[in-house]
Amino acid sequence: MANDKHEEIDPRFKIANREALIGVGLALFNFIWWFAFAYGLGSKPVSEYHYILGMPAWFFYSCVIGSVIMIILVTVIVKFFFKEVPLDDEGEESP
Amino acid sequence: MNWEVIIPLLIFIIAVFGIGYWASRHLRHKSNFMQEYFLGSRELGGLILAMTMIATYGSASSFIGGPGAAYHEGLGWVLLSMSQIATGYFVLMILGKKFAIMSRKYNAVTLVDFLKNRYNSTIVVILSAVSIIIFLFSAMAAQWVGGARLIGALTGLSYTSALFIFAVAVLIYVIIGGFRAIAVTDSMQGIIMFIGTFILLIATIIAGGGMGNIMSDLAAENELLISPFGVDGNLTSLYVSSFWILVGVGVVGLPQVAVRAMSYKDSRSMHRALIIGTFVVAFMMFGMHLAGVLARPILPELEVADNVMPTLAMTVLPAWLAGIVLAAPLAAIMSTVDALLLMVSSAVVKDIYYNYINPQATNQKVRNVSIGVTAILGVLVVLFALSPPEFLITLNLFAFGGLEAAFVWPLVLGLYWSKGNRYGALASIIIGVGSYIVIYVFFGEPLEQLGPFGMHSVVLPIVLSLMGYVFASLLTKEN
Repeated sequence: MANDKHEEIDPRFKIANREALIGVGLALFNFIWWFAFAYGLGSKPVSEYHYILGMPAWFFYSCVIGSVIMIILVTVIVKFFFKEVPLDDEGEESP
Repeated sequence: MNWEVIIPLLIFIIAVFGIGYWASRHLRHKSNFMQEYFLGSRELGGLILAMTMIATYGSASSFIGGPGAAYHEGLGWVLLSMSQIATGYFVLMILGKKFAIMSRKYNAVTLVDFLKNRYNSTIVVILSAVSIIIFLFSAMAAQWVGGARLIGALTGLSYTSALFIFAVAVLIYVIIGGFRAIAVTDSMQGIIMFIGTFILLIATIIAGGGMGNIMSDLAAENELLISPFGVDGNLTSLYVSSFWILVGVGVVGLPQVAVRAMSYKDSRSMHRALIIGTFVVAFMMFGMHLAGVLARPILPELEVADNVMPTLAMTVLPAWLAGIVLAAPLAAIMSTVDALLLMVSSAVVKDIYYNYINPQATNQKVRNVSIGVTAILGVLVVLFALSPPEFLITLNLFAFGGLEAAFVWPLVLGLYWSKGNRYGALASIIIGVGSYIVIYVFFGEPLEQLGPFGMHSVVLPIVLSLMGYVFASLLTKEN
């Protein structure tokens, strides 16, 4: 296909591919954090639970802190690692 | 009739009309009707993009069914719902700039347009358009029933009159305003959903005597309510984790969500939408589902768990504030229904009529057909919602899962894997939808969406359609 050749030349696609991979990495991190705290701390008998701000510790770390961390991570990564590129094909040869 | 509750709802509906009218004026000024009506001329900024994605995705289940399940199952269901935080960043990051660039290159207005240009295959186009029309129409009818029931419950009107009010409210702004009206009303609806969640969560914590107090009440009733495993210990880590496939990998393949990833103005809008979207979806899903759990000691003997959200709002809030909070689920339903309606209409008009029936149609002709088809579909769905036929209810059960399984790989691998071809796409769509139907036939109605191997019923079709895509593409490789 003609597009294949084109993809190797277009530097915007390198950026796009990298950002998509970052997305996969973020989701993996998100999942691991969520899973590890929920089932790591939550599998104990309920009578042995610790509580933070009134919530069971597994819930606090997995759901509350987990969300806060994801919001911070997404913000930092977008601000510092995502590049602004033009989305239109200006200045390129038309097909 | 409870006017203190109804007045905020009325104001909300009037505001929605105003936005529809404002957007319809844009339609007259744009030279390319189809781009404007179905895609808002790719002019969405960051806030509107974030809100329309979340509002389209967040439906009756986030505000009615979800809190109901959380009320029943306890904190385990809040944990499960938190898998949805991924939708805040995953769809936009995965489809990302590549999708935005390619859809501009192809001049694509719909998801099917992208597939048409990527795969050059009539059968892929027809199959995709037909599955979108059938599945999303049935999903839309189900949401429509939910919207009418909710209005009925809030106002005391009969189902038929509530359905009529809901239909008029939604149809007018979608028909006259198109995508731009939907995106802007979605933003307003998203903000209402956000504020409603915030008020309800705070009021519930106060009414229950503080977080610690509520947790010990819950533990005293049944200690599994504050464990991750659900009230009967039935929520296994595997089952709960498999929801990440449904909302993580899967949502990328939902046509009504994916089409929004081609609607933004520039990179900067996308970046802003990622940050805003993650924040809003995290807070909304967390707050709504947690409120459902915390409601348990306050409303100990609720017969229908799905009523928890409206009942809770009426119990812990003054009536006028409850009216504002209760606009949230209505907003959630409206913002899903409007997107589905326009999506089905675009599949009929752009993917079938303009591609194959009348490619020479003038701008004026397309305009009449688009508005006409949207209106007819809207009236049809209302008629179906009056007494939903059996097949519609059955179809709705696997509408979203089926579409996810059908489209996620042709879309994602079509973008990033150059070896993927039309045979792969075809295999993926047929296997994705087919395996869902086979599972339904052999396993019966999925109970709580529990599918084979103790995972969510969407997992197997998504894995099978991936294998279908890869094998078919490799086997038919042209040298």
